[in-house]
Amino acid sequence: MNAGAKYEAVIGLEVHAQLLTESKNFCACANRFGAPPNTQTCPVCLGLPGALPVLNRKAVEYIAKTGLAFHSKIAPESRFARKNYFYPDLPKGYQISQYESPVCEGGRVEIVVDGDVRTVTLHRIHLEEDAGKNIHEGSADTSRVDLNRSGVPLMEIVSEPEIRTPEEAVAYLKKIRSTLRCLNVCDGNMEEGSLRCDANVSIRPAGSDALGTKAEIKNVNSFRFVKQAIAYEIERQIAVVEGGGRVVQETRLFDSARGVTVSMRSKEEAHDYRYFPEPDLVPLVLERAQVEAWARELPELPDATRERFAREYGLSEYDAAFLSEERAAADYFEETVRLSGQPKTAANWIMGDLTRFLNEAGGEIAASPVTPERLAEMLKLIADGTISGKIAKTIFEEMFKSGKDAAIVVKEKGLVQVSDAGEIERVIEQVMADNPNELAAYRGGKEKLFGFFVGQVMKKSGGKANPAKVNEILKAKLQPPTDSQ
Amino acid sequence: MKISRKEVDHVSRLARLSLTEDEAGKMTDQLDKILEYVEKLSELDTKDVQPTSHVIPMSNVWREDAARPSLPREEALANAPDTDGEFFRVPKIIE
Ligand SMILES: [Zn+2]
Repeated sequence: MNAGAKYEAVIGLEVHAQLLTESKNFCACANRFGAPPNTQTCPVCLGLPGALPVLNRKAVEYIAKTGLAFHSKIAPESRFARKNYFYPDLPKGYQISQYESPVCEGGRVEIVVDGDVRTVTLHRIHLEEDAGKNIHEGSADTSRVDLNRSGVPLMEIVSEPEIRTPEEAVAYLKKIRSTLRCLNVCDGNMEEGSLRCDANVSIRPAGSDALGTKAEIKNVNSFRFVKQAIAYEIERQIAVVEGGGRVVQETRLFDSARGVTVSMRSKEEAHDYRYFPEPDLVPLVLERAQVEAWARELPELPDATRERFAREYGLSEYDAAFLSEERAAADYFEETVRLSGQPKTAANWIMGDLTRFLNEAGGEIAASPVTPERLAEMLKLIADGTISGKIAKTIFEEMFKSGKDAAIVVKEKGLVQVSDAGEIERVIEQVMADNPNELAAYRGGKEKLFGFFVGQVMKKSGGKANPAKVNEILKAKLQPPTDSQ
Repeated sequence: MKISRKEVDHVSRLARLSLTEDEAGKMTDQLDKILEYVEKLSELDTKDVQPTSHVIPMSNVWREDAARPSLPREEALANAPDTDGEFFRVPKIIE
């Protein structure tokens, strides 16, 4: 029996999401990525003595809306707490966080893995503040600190340890990201660190209810790394146990260059945060009417969009999931359908050529040079036979590169589909004359050669012949001449 | 004893204080006395009293989300023990 099958993994994720507010959580400094170092600070976020925090109302609205989107209970009253530790990026010597009474309790996230829908329960979502940024490179004996990020509103979404595989972890993280983006509360940029993920991983004998000793993996900043880091950690722990050892509770760092997790011994002793109520902030009370008003403001969420796309447009589960993940893609799709009336074809073009070109160009769908109007126009040209589906690929590429309308590209490139029977017949006759051996073989019963003739005719017409017409005329032409003729 | 020498060592390490033998002994005695004094509070019967985190009956002191100018960088860095003009500089953090 292979060692992997004897064990199952128990995975819980802690997702940190920076909120898309204008200002920081407890002061009015700008919350903006990429400004010159230490230009967005004030006495509050520098931790100067006597400075007092004042809560950002928008941050509260954003976390409450997130909780509502994930079916959490929004606490009528919650409190802030100080989490005490020393690190150079934390000027106050404590982080303002929440401990006993977070804004959101419970909740659930639906994920789809291998076509199966699973629910991951949430433990809580709480509001806290980000720390500054340490830079270790550049000098052997000093580190440098940028406090622009100090005090940026941060939301921590904590799952129950109900995730079992690296694939489920990725699906969970993707669902969190698309929901936060849909709510417009976090930009989800994992590269810039506005969405970060720590994974708690342990293993236990398959089917057991016990919880093993967990390792916490920090700093996994892409979907791929989450999968790699968790898969590596599961293997590592199985090897430890199989080798007769014991997993120790520790913090590990994912080294993406080597694809391994490594122990961070330096942090081990510090897990004594001495939480206590933050005396500088009064309790946060959310009236029911306010929470209900926020609930009414929620946009259609990815799960609902997915179900609606499948139901209204007859899309497959896969297509519906793909197009509903990002609000901008969903809007693009719906606009194209509204203008063209062709949901399935629109889905194919958006998920195929459009996505490919956007990925190559590194562009956003909302700024695509091929707008929904232009794509819809092209789909109509295909539907009414002006252009062939095959030629459309060339036209689409040109539209993407030039930003021109489909009709203009068709005209400029002379790509109008040839549907005229006489013209197609002439091409077919030419092909038949050029390929006497194949013709004889076909007529001798080798019917598979039909495809060869279609290909030759299409090629000779420069791809412009109407394929349906070619099929129809070719079938008749290739028949052996009968006696009566 | 309300506090052990081991706890004093632990708390001083968390506070990044390095105490000499003498100081640690003195702190243990003093903290012990302070804790004993505070212990008096537990003589009160608080069975029917809700835990209190804030004594002033006040909630939702918050502000609208609008950014205001921050400090000029020279001012932000003015009190730093060490800077390079752009960043705060601290002894190398060993990771
Ligand atoms: Zn500030």
